[in-house]
Amino acid sequence: MDSLPALVERALAEVASSGDLAHLDEVRVRWLGKKGQLTEQLKSLGSLSAADRPAAGQRINEAKQQVQEALTARQSSLEVDALAAQLAQGTLDVSLRGRGEQSGGLHPVTRARLRIERLFGDIGFTVAQGPEIEDDFHNFTALNVPADHPARAMHDTFYIEPGHAGEGALLRTHTSPVQIRALRAGKPPLAVIAPGRVYRVDSDATHTPMFHQVEGLMVDTDVSFAQLKSVLHGFMEAFFERDLAMRLRPSYFPFTEPSAEVDISCVECGGKGCRLCKQTGWIEVLGCGMVHPQVLASCDVDPERYTGYAFGMGIDRLAMLRYGVNDLRLFFENDLRFLRQFRGG
Amino acid sequence: MKVSLSWLKEWVEVTLAPQALASRLTLAGFEVESCEPAAADFSGVVVAALLEAVPHPQADKLRVCRVDVGDGQILQIVCGAANARAGLKVALAQVGASLPGGMVIKAAALRGVESQGMLCSARELGMAQTSDGILELPADAPLGVDLRTYLDLNDTIIDVSIYPNRGDAMSVQGLSREVSALLRQPSRRPAWQPVSTTSAVTHGLKVLAPKAAPRVLTRVVEGIDNTRATPVWMQERLRRSGLRSISPVVDITNYVMLELGQPLHAYDLRQLDGAMQVRMAHTGESLQLLDGRQIALASDELVIADSSKAIGLAGVMGGMGSSMTTDTSTVLLEVAYFAPSAIAGRARRHGLQTDASQRFERGVDPQGQLLAMERATQLLIVLCGGAAGPITAAVDEGVDAPRASLVLRRSQLTRLLGVSFADDEVAQALQALQMGVESLPEGWRVAPPSWRFDLAIEPDLIEEVARVIGLDRITEVPARFPQRFGKRPESLVDERVVLDTLVVRGYQEAINYAFCDPVIQQRLLPELQSVKLANPIAANLGVMRLSLWPGLLQAALDNQRRQQDRVRLFELGSVFLREGTVVSEPRRVAGIALGLRVPEQWADKAEDVGFHDVKADLEALISLSNASQDFVFDSKSLACLHPGRSAAVYRDGVCIGHLGELHPELVKQMGFVGAPVLFELDLIAATRQTVVRAAQVSRFPQVRRDLSVTLPRETPLSALQTRVRVAAGTLLRELRCFDVYQGQGIESGRKSIAFGLILQDNDKTLTDEDADRLVAAVADDLRLNLDARLRE
Repeated sequence: MDSLPALVERALAEVASSGDLAHLDEVRVRWLGKKGQLTEQLKSLGSLSAADRPAAGQRINEAKQQVQEALTARQSSLEVDALAAQLAQGTLDVSLRGRGEQSGGLHPVTRARLRIERLFGDIGFTVAQGPEIEDDFHNFTALNVPADHPARAMHDTFYIEPGHAGEGALLRTHTSPVQIRALRAGKPPLAVIAPGRVYRVDSDATHTPMFHQVEGLMVDTDVSFAQLKSVLHGFMEAFFERDLAMRLRPSYFPFTEPSAEVDISCVECGGKGCRLCKQTGWIEVLGCGMVHPQVLASCDVDPERYTGYAFGMGIDRLAMLRYGVNDLRLFFENDLRFLRQFRGG
Repeated sequence: MKVSLSWLKEWVEVTLAPQALASRLTLAGFEVESCEPAAADFSGVVVAALLEAVPHPQADKLRVCRVDVGDGQILQIVCGAANARAGLKVALAQVGASLPGGMVIKAAALRGVESQGMLCSARELGMAQTSDGILELPADAPLGVDLRTYLDLNDTIIDVSIYPNRGDAMSVQGLSREVSALLRQPSRRPAWQPVSTTSAVTHGLKVLAPKAAPRVLTRVVEGIDNTRATPVWMQERLRRSGLRSISPVVDITNYVMLELGQPLHAYDLRQLDGAMQVRMAHTGESLQLLDGRQIALASDELVIADSSKAIGLAGVMGGMGSSMTTDTSTVLLEVAYFAPSAIAGRARRHGLQTDASQRFERGVDPQGQLLAMERATQLLIVLCGGAAGPITAAVDEGVDAPRASLVLRRSQLTRLLGVSFADDEVAQALQALQMGVESLPEGWRVAPPSWRFDLAIEPDLIEEVARVIGLDRITEVPARFPQRFGKRPESLVDERVVLDTLVVRGYQEAINYAFCDPVIQQRLLPELQSVKLANPIAANLGVMRLSLWPGLLQAALDNQRRQQDRVRLFELGSVFLREGTVVSEPRRVAGIALGLRVPEQWADKAEDVGFHDVKADLEALISLSNASQDFVFDSKSLACLHPGRSAAVYRDGVCIGHLGELHPELVKQMGFVGAPVLFELDLIAATRQTVVRAAQVSRFPQVRRDLSVTLPRETPLSALQTRVRVAAGTLLRELRCFDVYQGQGIESGRKSIAFGLILQDNDKTLTDEDADRLVAAVADDLRLNLDARLRE
């Protein structure tokens, strides 16, 4: 019969060499089961003297314990291996695209419009709206453009078929009629912007018959041209997120006096001169001026008490400059290959 | 307006280089659109005489010319121009000359014949875009003189854009006044020979519309010779202003108009029947214009007439019948001030825009007629000979009434501009513009000159001050604006949320024109009246849209044509509904889906998008209302949709939108490869919310009971939902339909629906008996009302 250390050595060797949990269990039964070889050793205690029995019993128990610990350790190691094997089975290719729908996107003109609304909203302007089918009064007369005024030739107007809307109905040629509606609806102090679609009979490489403008209007007791300059310069720098030079050129709009066109330093070349700015270093971005007293008066606002400024700019134009779009017509062709460049919010 | 700088310099000292002048004018409200040399860079080109031109022995199209440059030497030149003929004065590029584009002329043999230079065309010298043959110079052009000197080509042409309120600046004189004010250089008028009247002949003049034509001057000039050539200096100035030389008399009238801003007209006196009349047109009257067109006149149009007929549309264009011809010998010159309101819009009505109408409708100087008449007469006599008669004048007294002066308050100037200028600076700016300025305690009394009729109110003067001083002098000042809260109705869902809802569901936003093809719109929505445009840009953009679908369908088709196999587009915008003459513009949100239901990928079967896919998108939108249960889908929808795969959407009994597959007929007609699924909702009606009043959340457990029933196939799920809600009452928290089946195992004509009831009480734990009782009541109700049979 083998000595106890030899038995332990054999048992440990079997534990170490068992390759799976089932085999390991067989090893456990063989050595530590009810009839296991080490368990059997305890039965041999009866043949020992009472004085030797405790020490021998302890040696056997220690041997059993040693084997039991080896079994437990082996078992957890085998369990870890089994889990790893199972996980390896279920490994996915993480580079595959996620299932289901993918995000679409906003139209670049809408992006620009929302950005404009938010920037002006930050400084207290609210958004006003007006109809796109306008009447002659709001689109022209109230804006100090009487019938046959040469300024009407600047606007090639779409008219509505007689009998299809009110008399003289037309598609608004600018967002300025919203000035009139805002002034007649509310009392100063007033600060509104009015983004929207406008229409002119014009269609070529740089004009589309429908385009987008945003009108701005501020009326209070002491609104000045200096404030107008400040708000426009601030807006342009905020919109383009960069420092820009700005210059104003006197201009003519029947509904503002004084009037001006606004140029900013070219956003492409920074003013050095490039194709975008036709080598001038400047880009025209909007028209503006101090609200004509006649316009205030036609809205029952006392021009002696109140002054105001107004401005109008092309949203499409700002979007083109901001996003590097070189052809206005792309905005209205709804080509997914173009639009998909503007994904997400 | 194009102006030659050398012409301008006759009227004012220009102390700036051309580019600097252009920039100064631009910053003062006269935008210079271009600033170009009168001719391209060249040198070594001289005036020469063509003595002989004989055919080239080796080439049909070439000629061998002998040319005299006046230094005693005769040169041989080979030339290809058809107009090369003996006796002509020409522009000769001598050997060593450098032409535009850098070409240097060398002696060369052309098909074996020596050529010692080149005869030039206007195009080759950069004086014209195109030219027909070589340049023909006047017979008196001096031999050997440098062409640049002879034609004054070291000149710059500036093209100035003039706003409609500044008709006074549409001339060399007018622009020179601006330059004078901006550069603070005195205006000057060139010295002209005074006109002496050497004839006593006059012609009758009757002005029957004195308010429309407050001043009319006429003069007869006899014995002129209209066959003479217009001198080259005048031709060149006309060319640099964009006008062609026509005949001496016409050229003179154009020249004076360009120089002084006053249009004038010359009539062949032989063609006039009796006295000249200036009157309103008679109804039914017609006139053949100079351009040959016959126009019908309206009674609010002012005409120049003789005793029997109209001979010109006043302020716009003369008539054909009395126009200048080469044998015209007696001219009736007419110079008038027409009220802008009598001219405005008339040219446009007849599809015209003439140099005269542009000036008259913007307004000419009411005091400018006499000067123009004298200048034209003087030029006429010098260039065409003849004897001038005295001036006949018809003047309405109102036109010479003194104009009211304006008061400019210092306080108002500062208030409107937000900056204050020194008194002297303000007064000097106004004086520079030739205004009379008188100091007042509160500011200035200002008398604008006669040509500045655009100055009518105080802000007009403020603009002039700012313009002349410079807008760059106004420093930016941030506004102080009162803090006030805006109105933000919580019941209206933010537009941004609507947009984002569709964006995260894979839709790309489209923007279509608000007008569309009437044919397609009619096919889609035959029952609705659309708003028609009177002057559409194209027939297929002729009506305002009644729905966002025509645009989206077209966009989807365009993308299909661009090989995009999957389209998901949406749009948010107004449509235009009409009842009689009343138009409303409700805002709609609409979408179209075409092709695969999800982007082509590895995991899911490639299936085309269907009704319920898009319905889920629509449900995402209506769920923004927080009241999805208020919406009802009715299978009776629009005729343009598939009758079995479409729905009308109702909220509180009102139809607020539609959803469905495009009708197979239209799918075919329009050329779609697959069937697009469309939806459209009224934006506000679909998303409007009631501000939430939170209810108590029950602390007691919920119980679920599932039921499976069969129903007649045509019964919609919504009918079942309605009955279940009624029968289950307040304890029903949620109703979930988890299976719909028809086919094998189900009696034909019926379908099986399985659904779960989530039940809960606020006050106690529901017992099994409570739940069972409720489920039995539901089953009973369904059996009774919907012919439902319980499945085991």
